[in-house]
Amino acid sequence: MEKTWNNRAWFMVLPVLVLVAFSAVIPLMTVVNYSVQDTFGGNQFFWVGSEWYQEILHSDRFWAAMGRNLLFSAIILAIQIPLGIFIALNMPRKGWGVPVCLVLMALPLLIPWNVVGTIWQVFGRIDIGLLGRGLAELGFDYNYVNDPFDAWVTVIVMDVWHWTSLVVLLCYAGLVSIPDAFYQAAKIDGASRWAVFRYIQLPKMQRVLLIAVLLRFMDSFMIYTEPFVVTGGGPGNSTTYLSIDLVKMAVGQFDLGPAAAMSIVYFLIVLLLSWVFYTVMTNYDAER
Amino acid sequence: MARIDLNHIRHAYGAHPKSESDYALREVHHTFEDGGAYALLGPSGCGKTTLLNIISGLLHASHGQLLFDGKDVTRLSTQERNIAQVFQFPVIYDTMTVYDNLAFPLRNRGVAEPEVDRKVRETLDMIDLADWAKRKARGLTADQKQKISLGRGLVRSDVNAILFDEPLTVIDPHMKWVLRSQLKQLHRRFGYTMIYVTHDQTEALTFAEKVVVMYDGQIVQIGTPAELFERPRHTFVGYFIGSPGMNVLPVAIDGRRARLGDHVLDLPGTPETDGNAIELGIRPEYVRLGTSGMPVSIHKVEDIGRHKVVRARLEGREIAAILGEDDHVPAEPHVSFDPAGINLYERSWRVEMGA
Repeated sequence: MEKTWNNRAWFMVLPVLVLVAFSAVIPLMTVVNYSVQDTFGGNQFFWVGSEWYQEILHSDRFWAAMGRNLLFSAIILAIQIPLGIFIALNMPRKGWGVPVCLVLMALPLLIPWNVVGTIWQVFGRIDIGLLGRGLAELGFDYNYVNDPFDAWVTVIVMDVWHWTSLVVLLCYAGLVSIPDAFYQAAKIDGASRWAVFRYIQLPKMQRVLLIAVLLRFMDSFMIYTEPFVVTGGGPGNSTTYLSIDLVKMAVGQFDLGPAAAMSIVYFLIVLLLSWVFYTVMTNYDAER
Repeated sequence: MARIDLNHIRHAYGAHPKSESDYALREVHHTFEDGGAYALLGPSGCGKTTLLNIISGLLHASHGQLLFDGKDVTRLSTQERNIAQVFQFPVIYDTMTVYDNLAFPLRNRGVAEPEVDRKVRETLDMIDLADWAKRKARGLTADQKQKISLGRGLVRSDVNAILFDEPLTVIDPHMKWVLRSQLKQLHRRFGYTMIYVTHDQTEALTFAEKVVVMYDGQIVQIGTPAELFERPRHTFVGYFIGSPGMNVLPVAIDGRRARLGDHVLDLPGTPETDGNAIELGIRPEYVRLGTSGMPVSIHKVEDIGRHKVVRARLEGREIAAILGEDDHVPAEPHVSFDPAGINLYERSWRVEMGA
């Protein structure tokens, strides 16, 4: 068939281009603009080149926050992915239990993030919180306000409570798409429960797992609202993640230049790590 | 390989069946002989897959007994029954190689690796996939995948029977022929007991020595393809087998004669009934179109290549007749019935005609 070229077709993609330009490209460019200039208020800008970038990349504060972020994401993935798979495997496939489980799973996802933070902030308080009081009654020395370890545990448990459902729902969707014949054939072949998981369920969940890992990584790496509400980044700087630090710098200290440079670096890191995850997992897929 | 006895098997999917219609299988009492090739033929929802799953143990029948070579296996699990089953859609473990797919059922049963290797290579030759052994199973075509499903059954030499649940549904027409003849070959060489579920009559008639026709949760007839064609035991069999199916016309019986509207037909014998709800069944192949007999009005002639199918109305009823490719439709068409092709049915079941 003869292909017809008509350059007016470009107009078809114009609305999307405009939308993306206003929602992403232009705001990002203003950040780039700030990151290479200095300002003293009064709308006076001076060109500083890569100075802010060098400052950020040589700042211990930045790398400490980065380390906390990486640790946090690693813990989140290590807990939520296996736990999500486990729960999805044990959810009912038919009957009245299905809608009940799905609604229960969806609930945490429907709660606004700052509300999740507030819930746990109150829940964990040692004077009035159910969790905090309960642990104190049981003889645990738990106090997320002044113990960094307790603060970390609280933030991690909160995130697990909030987001494991997402992994569960994705995995569940992957699982229910497996035709019955696969399980029947596995029975005929005498496959063990583990073999069914390894050779039928896991391969069928692989695509959704890729999405789950990517989403959970990006989200946890950019975590802000919930820990900010619960711990405010403390005690000390122990739960000050990159995003919290960024807001402190930009809004608290009004260091727009360094904050903008940090935003760009932060953005590039998220992009890079997501790309690494994606490439590794899809390559693995292609190899097999 | 084993003989399979179905001893008054009934099955209902609901927990408390109240009436006959709650049963997916009404009552099946039948023996599949050791080494036989059977086809279970019937429309969708007639209970053939239910019956198959009861034999393989994926389902446990609500009533009745199942025997393999005289041994009661009714309560045994699928694995203990040692059955191979091939499903409608090819099931392969797509992260494994073709070789590992075939080795899977053996490894699950703890067979020693040298023995696994010997059996797998043997099976790869049987299903013509020896050159593909090292390949990942996921990239194969549908018919190759279906061969792997079959191979996973064949690799276990001691299976009691191989069951097929409409295995060629997703295969290209050309490959259907190839696979079907390979199956027949395997059957001849190794004498497996094979039960083949299908709703395609051509598939059933070409595959099996004995065809078991199911309708509405029961077996309505078991016979060779010729028996099913010449002497359908139930009007359903007449209608379901043959293309087009048997013509069924209500008649009244008067000794050796049947009255069809204003016409009187001579029967080949005296029917052993004088009951009501009598129908005459005649295949289109036995309907003669000519200038004498009962007048019909023709409304359609379908030329299907080897012959023509004539659709007409006789006494207000649809009737089909087969006409040779070079024969012409007469100007004033009449039909007559070849007595050899006349069957009589009382409440849908065939009645014998004495001499």
